[in-house]
Amino acid sequence: MTALVSRPGTLSIGLARGAFELRQFFRQKETVVFTFSLPVLLMVLLGSVFGDVYPDTGLEASQLFAAGMIGAGIISTSFVSMGIGVALDRENGTLKRLRGTPMPATSYFIGKIVLVAVSSLAQAAIMLTIASLMFGLTVPTSPEKWLTFAWVFALGVTGCAALGVAASSLARSVNGAAAGTNIVFLALQFASGVLVTPITALPDVMVNVSSFFPVKWMCQGLRSVFLPEEAARYEMAGQWELGLTALVLSAWCVAGLLLCRLVFRWTNNRE
Amino acid sequence: MEVRGLRKDYGASTVVAGVDLDIRQGEIFALLGPNGAGKTTTVEILEGHRRRTGGDVRVLGEDPGRAGGAWRARIGIVLQSASDSAELTVAESLRHFARYYPDPRDPEEVVRLVGLEEKRNARVQTLSGGQRRRLDVALGIIGRPELLFLDEPTTGFDPEVRRKFWTLIELLAAEGTTILLTTHYLDEAEALADRVAVLAGGRVVAEGTPATLGGRANAEATVRWTDARGAHERRTPRPTSLVNELSAGGGELGGLTVTRPSLEDTYLDLIGERR
Ligand SMILES: Nc1ncnc2c1ncn2[C@@H]1O[C@H](COP(=O)(O)OP(=O)(O)OP(=O)(O)O)[C@@H](O)[C@H]1O
Ligand SMILES: [Mg+2]
Repeated sequence: MTALVSRPGTLSIGLARGAFELRQFFRQKETVVFTFSLPVLLMVLLGSVFGDVYPDTGLEASQLFAAGMIGAGIISTSFVSMGIGVALDRENGTLKRLRGTPMPATSYFIGKIVLVAVSSLAQAAIMLTIASLMFGLTVPTSPEKWLTFAWVFALGVTGCAALGVAASSLARSVNGAAAGTNIVFLALQFASGVLVTPITALPDVMVNVSSFFPVKWMCQGLRSVFLPEEAARYEMAGQWELGLTALVLSAWCVAGLLLCRLVFRWTNNRE
Repeated sequence: MEVRGLRKDYGASTVVAGVDLDIRQGEIFALLGPNGAGKTTTVEILEGHRRRTGGDVRVLGEDPGRAGGAWRARIGIVLQSASDSAELTVAESLRHFARYYPDPRDPEEVVRLVGLEEKRNARVQTLSGGQRRRLDVALGIIGRPELLFLDEPTTGFDPEVRRKFWTLIELLAAEGTTILLTTHYLDEAEALADRVAVLAGGRVVAEGTPATLGGRANAEATVRWTDARGAHERRTPRPTSLVNELSAGGGELGGLTVTRPSLEDTYLDLIGERR
């Protein structure tokens, strides 16, 4: 009997899950406010402290900082939110229930990607608006810049979200996942020259280490989008290195997805 | 469903120690047993949620440890506890889960079947414990399963809802659904189950129809009555003869009752023997 009626497709279930996840997320007012306001708050507060103007280019430190913070905001809605979200799904039985249905695992991840893509885009839009109002960051108009934004965003979000899922599987609980992802994120934010600008002010060793991770490249890529050409001189290499950025972010996408497959767990059962 | 020598160890402790079960198509089978007997463990192995340590298991012709989506489309699961989908409404949850299945039930019909009409637009997190449980049952049957697992489905139901739930289960059984349920309510097992098994210490200590479990049908009956000399109580294997004898004079016997041990008495005896 079942053979006669075909099972719904992975993609269509995945998109339905995306709609489900978005509803679930946006109805939790507290989480929404917390998720979006934390990076904004950090950007507004620290950005107001960085009053320097670089004499050689006339650029303001706060602009450099704000451009990088947009990257950090996206990472927090992808890596951190995903890490916590999946751990929560595991703890409250969502994953266990899904495991007992014919829903393919891939559909679950499609749903999560939809959620992360929408919330990260919203985060970026909010931060860009505030940064342009407060710090005079110019919204780019050339399609080239937006193309760069598109691939940096897509690669960054995918890689970070996959790493978030992997991180959630390593943690034993929601609290563990929240603390773990936030610590990693904070340390990398610092070492990648997001909280300290320009990145050249950091010790070389520190940047050499953080250059292995996606945060640095994500933020550098976004600085290339939101800052004028001459701002490239405040990067470690004195240029935007878009090719290398694409390479590192792609590598993390692949590594993240592999890691995700390797360590993903449906339940917290220790058997 | 066929289970042979099922074993499950958690570390050094054996929780299920060689369980054999056969559940036929269309049957309602109840698994009884005290807290920690291994009911949930057994059921979750059959659902494919946990790995077994040993034994052979066939559920709908497949090994649940390896079965895929097509197999999962044929089963329905009501877990012992859940607190997911908190922000969605009852109707939204049901409509969403219906999309996973090739031939789902109408979500509106399911809302009616579990009696959640008034709560259909309420957020799941605002439901009371018993209402939440009814939603769990609803989600378990939304895919029109051939085989339904129910782990303590009626915990937290008020008596009226519990009766309605029984009617629902009978309806599903009449449609040909095979049902495996665990419960601590012996009246529930008696009312619903075609057969029951009592699990204790990870073993099946008795199995049979509710009426014959543990030799219940042949056990001594207790006859109680009152006459001019006061209240009497006598245990006998042949209550009919006794009543005949007593009523030989033609007089009416006050407060006459003939009772067999209830399923609960039998159950407690069975569990007691294990201790
Ligand atoms: N993941 C686990 N790790 C270790 N021990 C476990 C695990 N799950 C269950 N147990 C143990 O296995 C035993 C059987 O548990 P199970 O949940 O199967 O009992 P049950 O018959 O369903 O009980 P109840 O009536 O309380 O629901 C218990 O002693 C429990 O502590
Ligand atoms: Mg149990």
